Amino acid sequence: MTRRIGIVVLLALLAAGLVAPVVLGAAPGGFYIEVLLGGLMAGVLYSLVALGFVLIYKASGVFNFAQGAMVLFAALSMARMGEVMPIWASLVLTFGIMVVLAVLIERLVLRPLVNQEGVTLLMATLGIAYFLDGFGQTIWGSDIYKLDLGISKEPALILENVFEGGILVSREDVVAAATATVLVTFLALFFRRTAVGRALRAVADDQQAAQSVGVPLNRIWTIVWSVAGVVALVAGMVWGSKLGVQFSISTVALKSLPVVFLGGLTSVTGAIVGGLIIGVGEKMAAVFLGPWMAATFGVAGGGIEDWFAYVLALVFMLFRPEGLFGEVRIDRV
Amino acid sequence: MATANAELDTFPRLLLHHASVRGDRPAIREKDLGIWHTWTWRQVFAEVRTLAGGLAELGFGRGDHLGIVGANRPRLYFAMMAAQALGGIPVPLYQDAVAAEMVFPLDNAEVRVAVVEDQEQLDKLLSILDSCPRLEHIVYDDPRGLRHYTAPQLMSFERLQELGRERAATRHLEDEIERCLPTDTAALFYTSGTTGDPKGVVLTHQALIRAGRADIDMERLTDAEEVLAYLPPAWIGQNMFSYVQAMIAGYCVSCPESADTVMLDMREIGPTYFFAPPAVLEGMLTRVVIRMADAGWVKRRLFDGFMALARRVGARLLAGAGGIGWGERLLYALGDLLVYGPLRNALGMSRVRVAYTAGEAIGPDLFVFYRSIGINLKQLYGSTETSVFVCVQRDGQVKPDTAGPPVDGVEVKIADNGEVLVRSPGLFVEYFKNPAATAEVKDAEGWFHTGDAGFIDDAGHLRIIDRARDVGRLADGTLFAPKYLENKLKFFPYIKEAVTFGDGRPYVAAMVNIDVAAVGDWAERRNLPYSGYTDLAAKEAVYELVRDCIDKVNRDLAADAKLAGARIARFVVLTKELDADDGELTRSRKVRRRIIAAKYQKIIDAVYSSQDSVEFEAQVRFEDGRTGRARADVRIWEVRRE
Amino acid sequence: MTGRSTGAPILAVEDISLAFGGLRALAQVSFDVREHEVRAIIGPNGAGKSSMLNVINGVYRPQAGAVTYLGRRRDHMEPYEAARLGIARTFQGLALFKGMTVLENIMTGRALLMRSGMLAQALWLGPGEREEIAHRQRVEQIIDFLEIQAHRRTPVGRLPYGLQKRVDLGRALAMEPKLLLLDEPMAGMNVEEKQDMCRFVLDVNDEYGTTIVLIEHDMSVVMDISDRVVVLDYGLKIADGTPDEVRNDPRVIEAYLGVKH
Repeated sequence: MTRRIGIVVLLALLAAGLVAPVVLGAAPGGFYIEVLLGGLMAGVLYSLVALGFVLIYKASGVFNFAQGAMVLFAALSMARMGEVMPIWASLVLTFGIMVVLAVLIERLVLRPLVNQEGVTLLMATLGIAYFLDGFGQTIWGSDIYKLDLGISKEPALILENVFEGGILVSREDVVAAATATVLVTFLALFFRRTAVGRALRAVADDQQAAQSVGVPLNRIWTIVWSVAGVVALVAGMVWGSKLGVQFSISTVALKSLPVVFLGGLTSVTGAIVGGLIIGVGEKMAAVFLGPWMAATFGVAGGGIEDWFAYVLALVFMLFRPEGLFGEVRIDRV
Repeated sequence: MATANAELDTFPRLLLHHASVRGDRPAIREKDLGIWHTWTWRQVFAEVRTLAGGLAELGFGRGDHLGIVGANRPRLYFAMMAAQALGGIPVPLYQDAVAAEMVFPLDNAEVRVAVVEDQEQLDKLLSILDSCPRLEHIVYDDPRGLRHYTAPQLMSFERLQELGRERAATRHLEDEIERCLPTDTAALFYTSGTTGDPKGVVLTHQALIRAGRADIDMERLTDAEEVLAYLPPAWIGQNMFSYVQAMIAGYCVSCPESADTVMLDMREIGPTYFFAPPAVLEGMLTRVVIRMADAGWVKRRLFDGFMALARRVGARLLAGAGGIGWGERLLYALGDLLVYGPLRNALGMSRVRVAYTAGEAIGPDLFVFYRSIGINLKQLYGSTETSVFVCVQRDGQVKPDTAGPPVDGVEVKIADNGEVLVRSPGLFVEYFKNPAATAEVKDAEGWFHTGDAGFIDDAGHLRIIDRARDVGRLADGTLFAPKYLENKLKFFPYIKEAVTFGDGRPYVAAMVNIDVAAVGDWAERRNLPYSGYTDLAAKEAVYELVRDCIDKVNRDLAADAKLAGARIARFVVLTKELDADDGELTRSRKVRRRIIAAKYQKIIDAVYSSQDSVEFEAQVRFEDGRTGRARADVRIWEVRRE
Repeated sequence: MTGRSTGAPILAVEDISLAFGGLRALAQVSFDVREHEVRAIIGPNGAGKSSMLNVINGVYRPQAGAVTYLGRRRDHMEPYEAARLGIARTFQGLALFKGMTVLENIMTGRALLMRSGMLAQALWLGPGEREEIAHRQRVEQIIDFLEIQAHRRTPVGRLPYGLQKRVDLGRALAMEPKLLLLDEPMAGMNVEEKQDMCRFVLDVNDEYGTTIVLIEHDMSVVMDISDRVVVLDYGLKIADGTPDEVRNDPRVIEAYLGVKH
């Protein structure tokens, strides 16, 4: 019952926001749907980065600020190596690089800091973030690079007979969405059903107890960081091919902070749903809310994309501090 | 189904019938290691066949009593069936009774063979072996913890069935079933009297079957019903719903995994036919209320709002009454989606079609709560001696304070002293080996004297007001039912205990204990400081609060021609809490009227004089066993008269 | 206790010394544990009881001494290696996986025993599914054994303390340990909960034949359920024997019983 009312209220809110532009007559159907799809696409990207956060937080309680930098590093590596070899070879190589990188971070930075305060670990990951940002550019350069996955850039036109002029859909977006779906499904199954997945959750909860049931801590952390590295690779690949590989990926990736807080720090589902909500929400707000505010209040109406996600996350946190799908920790006193 | 088939007049014949007609349908389920296991009627019969064979090998036969001790477990039900198939008589005993309490029934019924659930029950029987020398064999279901037990009486259930395999291959059982008569005793239920030894109520096959069938026909129950057996099988109420009626209608009975899992199992099974005494319903409601109190404010507001709506229209909607506007109907439908439906689901009652409550008086608020969220909860009246069903509320004619009209075939009349008399096909034969007790309650014309006082209202519904021996008359001859009034008072959360007086007096007076938690909470909310029970009880505002409660009771009574004269005229709020340690209450918190009357004589005298307060000194026993005296002025208030 | 037969030693600690920065925790402590027995380690607070358990399952490395388990010297086991060799333990404070349900907590005890490939587990392919079912069945037996069926799906954080202790025991049992280390299993319990826990401990020993080493504070509990008792005081072993022998040992009376506890 608890769940049901929460979800009913949420759905009502979302539906109201989604329907408003149409009801208010601000958008013709086709355009509206294009905006919606654009938002969903951005949402998928946020979700992919958010996933990396959630994975590491879930398994080690560390809030890994470096996730965005890892995305950038992966995208850079793949783009630059893709210039000298076939893209699939670059992908395989980058995969290897990301795993090695993850293992190194775990070995050299986090393992020595085991049992330290959360703030210390956070600082460590911040350090890693800035190091990776810079180091990536040291190795691969700091221009904007193209990452070509060999998918046709020609957008497809669909639903021509429903809406006037049809709807433009980028083929890349479709591939990206499919990739993300497969990845997420695998991760969910991995966490929920495999012995390693259970061990990951156990380690996150209580390291001492996890060891006592035979979980080797170090190996588990290595696995988590590797998985986070691979997730970063997928995110970097998708993002880079769409927007070009550039330094700003690292900062835009921080948009997934409101996503994880909205969805819940410990929930894979939360990362996905949160990403989609924020992606769609901010596109809608930028396209429809901005001009409306400009017209109504006489303000400039720009920059909405910069703050909308954070406000949305804040509002949700007021009602559900643990996030939409986060675990409520109940400790008996 | 359930048409009166002349052949199907004993339990073993019913079992044979189901095994052949619906052999592949589920008969009984049990949750074990997290999984529901199902026995079909055919499988049940196969189990019973080997079991009966084993029992016969032990020399168990016609007229023998089989002790059955444990919770609801399929094998214990098989044992009942097997005993009956051999012409024997199952004697279910309360599993939570202490060992000493089992001595009397085991001895009285001359039990030679007993089937027990587990180590706990087995330990009890082993501890009283010396007092029950006739007990030769104890068969256990669950072997856990028994590895080192060496008592010669012991035998596992499997071993007993093994013993019976050879005989099971013959027509022995069919022959025995053939010999079983409807007038044979089918079961012996021991009722715990408030005084003296328990009495064994002898019920025949035809009594149980006719009573059960009349209700099945009335409620149109079929073999598709789902029932969860969660109360002691030694109690006739549980036995009727999970054994007698299941055997008649052929529906499936589920046994919960453990006593703690009942609520969960209920949700999984989704019973369609449900029975619960008021205490259980109260407990379930409390859990809901606690969960709601912990919920966020949005949910609480939703819950409170929709529950208020449910109280206004829910029960009337369920009764199919008219005069409810479309707006409220629509709102109720929304409430059903958001609150009532999830609530029914949380209670495990989403699929309940017929729910009964009985056993003791149910508070009107509690009763109406369940009905208002769309659960067809109804009251019934009956006892072990009547095979449960005497009166049952009919769909569409449910009133909170009656037990409904008599079931088909049951005659009810009211004796001159107000006692309810019953004559029905379901009536018991006698109390086992106790002709004196039998003669006390069963007269020459076959009427059973229930010991309850009541009357039949204009609509033909039976209303129970009290135990017959407590009912008295005011000086002017008006009927006065103390427990009825006290129950009505105690249904208010603010009133914890109440004792009323009036027999031979000019008017009715009440002594009240407030509920210190509820009234304390009430006082805090209006910033009324207090130091404890005694202080709180003496406050004018609290007196007003209690007077309002009594006013409401009086107004209820006024609507009732038979009881209108017995309105409460004066009352006191006692400055001391009635306590079992002081002998004022029984351990089960029933008021000891006579002791209280003697102890509080001075107050009672004052109440029946013109005084408006009385100084009273009570002896109290402190926690450490010392006694002391507490002195206080007790105020006496009039209740407003309209 | 009567009726139980105990066998050859499965664990022996010899001359174990452990210190934390000059602070002595254990000094040349030796004792052995025989198969199927209930072995208690008692002593006043700070006697080194928990340190001893931590040495046995590899959390602490002793500065000196030898640990022989299953006939082999294993002085430097990691906790997870100890677990793999059949040593399970419970914790004095609670160390449950709070975000998980009772069922999931106990299932973690089976993690080590999962053999099928990760892909098979994730997709519940043939072997993965069969394995999952087999493990679940075992876990269900433990749930039934500990009488916590009503709480399978309850997050452990929501359970009362006494039940959390049972889940802790359940998780250890799920590992099907040869040697079970119980760190004050009855600490903080009321009388009834203690009785339940005693019954469970004895039943584990009896039904599964598990060897048990337990630390306990409550003397009466220890005397009731142990076969042999080691008494530690300030890191030194001061007595070792049957409950009766220990009870009558003057040094024990002085160090432990003499002081009203």
